[in-house]
Amino acid sequence: MSALLEARGLRRYFRSKPHPFAAERVVHAVDGVDLAVAQGETLAIVGESGCGKSTLGRLLLRLIEPDSGTVTFDGQPVTGIAETALRPLRAGMQMIFQDPFASLNPRYRVSEIIGEPIIVHRLAGPRERNARIAELLKVVGLSPEHAGRYPHEFSGGQRQRIGIARALASNPRLIIGDEPVSALDVSIQAQVVNLLEELKARFRLTLIFISHDLSVVRHVSDRVAVMYLGEIVESGPTDALYETPLHPYTQALLRAIPVRDPALRRPHALLGGDVPSASRPPPGCRFHTRCPHARARCREEAPRLEAIGENRLVACHFAREIANAGASAAPPQREAPKRAGRLALYRAAAARIADSG
Amino acid sequence: MTMDAALPAAEALPPVERRTLKKFVRNRAAVVGATIVIVFLAMAIFAPLISPFDPAQTNFRLVRKAPDALHWFGTDEIGRDVLARVIFGARASLLAGCISVLVALAVGVPLGLVAGYLGGWYDMVISRCTDALLSIPFLILAIALAAFLGPSLTNAMLAIGIAATPFIIRLTRGQTLAVRTEDYVEGARAVGVPRLRIALRYILPNIAAPILVQATLIVAQAIIAEASLSFLGLGQQPPAPSWGSMLNTAKNYMEQAPWMAIWPGVAIFLAVLGFNLMGDGLRDALDPRDV
Repeated sequence: MSALLEARGLRRYFRSKPHPFAAERVVHAVDGVDLAVAQGETLAIVGESGCGKSTLGRLLLRLIEPDSGTVTFDGQPVTGIAETALRPLRAGMQMIFQDPFASLNPRYRVSEIIGEPIIVHRLAGPRERNARIAELLKVVGLSPEHAGRYPHEFSGGQRQRIGIARALASNPRLIIGDEPVSALDVSIQAQVVNLLEELKARFRLTLIFISHDLSVVRHVSDRVAVMYLGEIVESGPTDALYETPLHPYTQALLRAIPVRDPALRRPHALLGGDVPSASRPPPGCRFHTRCPHARARCREEAPRLEAIGENRLVACHFAREIANAGASAAPPQREAPKRAGRLALYRAAAARIADSG
Repeated sequence: MTMDAALPAAEALPPVERRTLKKFVRNRAAVVGATIVIVFLAMAIFAPLISPFDPAQTNFRLVRKAPDALHWFGTDEIGRDVLARVIFGARASLLAGCISVLVALAVGVPLGLVAGYLGGWYDMVISRCTDALLSIPFLILAIALAAFLGPSLTNAMLAIGIAATPFIIRLTRGQTLAVRTEDYVEGARAVGVPRLRIALRYILPNIAAPILVQATLIVAQAIIAEASLSFLGLGQQPPAPSWGSMLNTAKNYMEQAPWMAIWPGVAIFLAVLGFNLMGDGLRDALDPRDV
């Protein structure tokens, strides 16, 4: 497995503007993240709001500049080169944004929205371009008649499909979805998630799926990375991570998923306290202020990501000891029956359409 | 990746509908505004054909005559026909209003965009210069510039345009700052859209509405500023008329000959109203969101 996208030691702090009567605040948004995404895999980045996952997504595409660290895409550097030199590379890596109401230029027609990557990267002439726009619209489940309309004439789910078509227009190999479904209605979420999976298979895409919705993540991803206060605390194959979470934070996160079946419910041992401010992260292990297993060493020494088991990394001094407790603490996760039913229905419908087409 | 080649030959996209004009025409106030502006423009262009008298012809037997069947708008303090002067005055006043605003837009919008979009040192330099210009009252600045450039209508228009530029710069910069952080601008960067194209196709269309409205307001201010400059001898040179210079002379005869002030005043009022209504209509028609 070779890495399509690789990040090393990625770090980005946001500094408050200097002010004579206020101390400078430095928010440690992303603090030393290493990440590798293999060709064809779906990596999910999860964590609660404010943990830096969106910043990480933007750093990977260099929509914001890292303070330090490097990103390479398909062996070529993304960081440390001029923006103009980066532009050709951008065709290969695209982004889908969270808010479909803010991410489309309100003054563009759909044909311009989808056609622009083709123009900018000189992928096709005017006639071919129109054919391509029509095709892309059909690929994402819209119709070529929609090309002349403006974004405000569409619903949230349709707009997200337009955003996906735009992302696909430049033939990318990698798509980063920054909470691509969390602004949508639950029923629409399933459709868009299925669409993404279908497109991924059809165009052999690599996906990075940034989300806080753990049940969606379980459904779509091959591998999961859990973030807390700007750091990755655990990563591993999805099933293994959901079944035996190693880091106490992951354990708490998974325990917070609502369980439908009363027989499977267990007393909530949720975390106490709030997430510490990212402008003053606690010393040592950042999670020690809320960790039920914290000991003296956690306050002093920051744990590093270590390999435990197959393909799994965890940043916890006592992961091995806690793992046993954690395994029993995490309830068996089953897909909610209604959601599973809905997804199955959509899949069947999609298969029917594919057959008839 | 390649798209399925087997797909039926791509059907043509539907023809693009031009809705802007349709929407503008449906807006009654905008049509009224555009009509007023067009009538005034026609009046300015065809002044020699429609004017009943020579605007510079004096007649000492007809000093300050009230309006009658021959001189519909009356005559002024040296017996010139007010109607003829209002018609010919449209030339100077409309030119002063429009050209100076075009100057202000041509200079102010690019500078504001650069300051707002690129930020950093560009913003520092442009914004500080703008602040310095804004600290001088609009009219004083226009007078100083006009005096520096020398008395003529062209120089007066330039001076008014430059004096109005800082308002446009500041507005453009502020709007750009607001739009720059929108998701769709970040999305354009992610796609790899060059910066100039982002500025012209993403930011400019989305900040055009307030700038357009501001511009129509400046047209009004510029017409009045031209009047002030004319009064000081820095604008339209006598005996050629402009509405502003007519008003300025008329104020000395307000009690004896109010028609001297009323008609150029009405003309300014109507022209400004026309530009404002048209500007509002344009703003709405250009916004695809508003049906």
